[in-house]
Amino acid sequence: MAVETDWIERLTGESSARDAALADLRELLRGKLRHAFASSGDDFIEDITQDALLKIHSQLDAFEGRSKFTTWALTIAVRVGYTELRRLRWKDVSLEQVTENSASVDAGRVDSQNEPAASAARKQLVEAVHAIIDEDLTQKQRDVLKAELAGMPQEEIGRRLGMNRNAIYKLTYDARRKLKKELERRGFSQEDLSTD
Amino acid sequence: MDLSKENMDALLGFLKQTKDREATCDDCLAAMAEFAETHLAGKTIPESLKAIEDHLEICAECKEEFETLLTALREM
Ligand SMILES: [Zn+2]
Repeated sequence: MAVETDWIERLTGESSARDAALADLRELLRGKLRHAFASSGDDFIEDITQDALLKIHSQLDAFEGRSKFTTWALTIAVRVGYTELRRLRWKDVSLEQVTENSASVDAGRVDSQNEPAASAARKQLVEAVHAIIDEDLTQKQRDVLKAELAGMPQEEIGRRLGMNRNAIYKLTYDARRKLKKELERRGFSQEDLSTD
Repeated sequence: MDLSKENMDALLGFLKQTKDREATCDDCLAAMAEFAETHLAGKTIPESLKAIEDHLEICAECKEEFETLLTALREM
């Protein structure tokens, strides 16, 4: 097994050293991923180990030395694993199903019926949030927000919209900021956002 | 768009944590290894990693990946 500082050198070195380093890294990742994704089968572990190795090898330039190389490599491998796991879990669900389902749950209800016991202050806040969502967010922001609240992972929302996870994060981040700013403009404070 | 009470509470929780500047999932991935090592060593989270700590509070996917990474690293 290579010592920590050797990894980059070996992985970018001449072919026999590189192959040996890749074999070492494969073995290390496979063991860790098997532990991390303990409920998944061997085929899944083999697949994500291979995908992770390719990904790590193609972005060695991105390793800045801010952690151990193996920790960095494992971080990428875990993300590769979850990307695949989430894809498999959500493969039969469309964005429309998710947004329509959550809409139908609330269809026809008004806020006070959703929360009959709510205080007057809470009702005002809920009304304001609904109004801002309807008036100030884009349709795309509304759809993504709804899908996220329904539990669909950002990656999977992005897959259906031709966007990557980071772009989805930024989209809902902009929506959150807009909502917060508009609530402040309407006189609601940070403390008013408490849910109890 | 009407939200259920549960979704409204979740959204309000997110709004409460919303900051003017936030780390994105890509920022989080780039710093996660360093953050995990700092965390496992029991060290104080430095100012440079505070945005990552905040991101993990608001991003369920990065949080899930981080927890799994910790589990795997503890085995090293
Ligand atoms: Zn994230």
